[in-house]
Amino acid sequence: MKKNIAALSVVLVLLLGLLAPAALADTTNVEVAPGYDYTRFKDDRITLNVYNWGEYISTGTDGESLDVNGAFEKLTGIKVNYTMFDTNEAMYAKLKSGGANYDVIIPSDYMIGKMIAEDMLAELNFANIPNYSMIGESYKSQAYDPDNRYSVPYTWGYVGIIYNTTMVDDVVDSWDILWDENYSGDILMFDNSRDAVGIALKKLGKSLNPANDADVDLAMAELAAQKPLVQAYVMDQIFDKMEGGEAALAPYYAGDAIQMIAENPDLAFAVPKEGTNYFVDAMCVPVDSANKEAAEMYINFLCETQVAMENSLFIGYSTPQIMAEAAMPEEVKDDPIAYPPESVLQNTETFTVLPQELNDHMDKAWGDMRSSSSSEGGIGWVIPVVLVAILLVVVLVVVIGKQRKARNDY
Amino acid sequence: MVGKVLKRTYVVLLFSFLYIPIAVMIAFSFNQSKSRTLFTGFTLDWYAQLFRDDAVLSALLLSIVLALVSAAIATVIGTMAAVGINRMRRGPRGVVMTLTYIPIVNPEIITGVSLMLLFVVVKAGLTMLVGSDSWLAQNLLGIPSLLIAHITFNLPYVLFNVAPKLRQMDYRLYEAALDLGCNSRQAFFKVVLPEIMPAVFSSFLICLTYSIDDFTISYFTAGNQQTLPIAIYAMTRKKVSPEINALSAIMFVVILAIILIANYRESAKNKKKRHK
Repeated sequence: MKKNIAALSVVLVLLLGLLAPAALADTTNVEVAPGYDYTRFKDDRITLNVYNWGEYISTGTDGESLDVNGAFEKLTGIKVNYTMFDTNEAMYAKLKSGGANYDVIIPSDYMIGKMIAEDMLAELNFANIPNYSMIGESYKSQAYDPDNRYSVPYTWGYVGIIYNTTMVDDVVDSWDILWDENYSGDILMFDNSRDAVGIALKKLGKSLNPANDADVDLAMAELAAQKPLVQAYVMDQIFDKMEGGEAALAPYYAGDAIQMIAENPDLAFAVPKEGTNYFVDAMCVPVDSANKEAAEMYINFLCETQVAMENSLFIGYSTPQIMAEAAMPEEVKDDPIAYPPESVLQNTETFTVLPQELNDHMDKAWGDMRSSSSSEGGIGWVIPVVLVAILLVVVLVVVIGKQRKARNDY
Repeated sequence: MVGKVLKRTYVVLLFSFLYIPIAVMIAFSFNQSKSRTLFTGFTLDWYAQLFRDDAVLSALLLSIVLALVSAAIATVIGTMAAVGINRMRRGPRGVVMTLTYIPIVNPEIITGVSLMLLFVVVKAGLTMLVGSDSWLAQNLLGIPSLLIAHITFNLPYVLFNVAPKLRQMDYRLYEAALDLGCNSRQAFFKVVLPEIMPAVFSSFLICLTYSIDDFTISYFTAGNQQTLPIAIYAMTRKKVSPEINALSAIMFVVILAIILIANYRESAKNKKKRHK
């Protein structure tokens, strides 16, 4: 029998070998700006712990694009331990709990603001990041890091409305269309409180950062009014729904809209005139990083023109590195969704850090709005009733069991 | 007649719910486009990409190594514990077995969070005692903490598998071995261990699967490492790449092969026995 297993494993290994890249193109060769000593840690056996969003770096798996981490390891001799998170909040919780130490993290704007306020980020030494000069001025000095001391922009994007031109006849230029009863049942909405509230506030002509509880309540009333028209609250399910033509209208991120339009040419993207959310994901170094200088070297590497361009092409989000933008293929550079004219971005705002109480209020109001059914009254009575029912069942089972046992013993 | 039809439909429905999702997943691992709804054409690209994706592959490697090592250690410790517990008096034995049972029914998230808190405290303690640049203080959260956590949640399963087998065994076998000149170590390895070996082996397999499966506890204790479930979960923010379908398909086929081989061996053994 052992022979069988051996034979099978041989077959498996062979199969895997066949599937493995037919022509192993080297995807780790990279061109870097001259004059920077990338090899100074070559013999120090450093491991850099990098924590980034899932699918947010070029991996070279298609055999053509650049394997960014592999290229960095080959160039510098520093080992990269690359791990991924799925939300800013999960990343924050992990760092805050002390459950892990990282050298480079790439959170979004408002989370960077929060972490700066809580002294969780180290001030960067920009002498080690000369490529910072290639980051466009318009991406610097944002509200989350006004003096550019803690972060280097990695990608940026903004929210707009993606819609199916075969299903929508009106001109899409305002958030109002997401409240239009003609499209009842064909509208998708963000399934997270911050984005949804931001849109409702923008529709009302306010800032997308609620100033107080009253703002949140106003927005929530607006979202409750929209609820009967909404087909579903979604995050990444939006890809299937929009590409498959199951819904007509949805707010989403520009970078992802480009991907959806590539799959389904009937789709189009518009930025509402009331203004929208503009976001930046930026590279930072946590205060307890043991290899701060190597971390800065990694950040500098990600700002290299070729690396920034490859990353941006792979992720689909726009790059703030101006040389990389200039080096892009024409069809990307001239895409008005990826690199919109200045006028589009004039009305945009970034998220700011909300006070804890306001955040809690918003999450609770959002939860209530999402869970409330059309009938009046809450569902607070359900839990006690279910508990009592379970208790009754347990008692019943025990009693019946006892009786049966008594009968059998008899 | 109607009853028969109903029975059939029930069985068909049941297996459809179990296997159609897997079939769909495998089918879409061969899909040309990234879409999860439209099948645009056959390709093996996703398999090729999977074998170049360092992040996923290293997560897979960590998961497999972690499962093998933690299952092996848990099986050894658990078997030793079971032998000891088996010789206890009834009262204490009940207490120990109940104590072992609690971690199994305890929600994983509580185990995960409390283990993480423990590791953070231990790390702080180590840093105070031996300084922050000791290797252990720096690297405790990561592979060491994952390993300890996995051994911890695997242990009860070993105990509950091996202990009943031990109780089934005739204790006089062990005594007879001693009478015939074995010392206690020889008696254990030559008589007791072969007798309980099936239970030991099956608990090793159970540990293996639980360890590869585990998300919740690993999520909290992984430090800056990531196991395969954690890596896949982090990729779901954006559209999950069909690479993951390809990986799942491979894992399904490998596990199916293992099960088929095990069953084949079993039936072959039975046949042999019958022929005797």
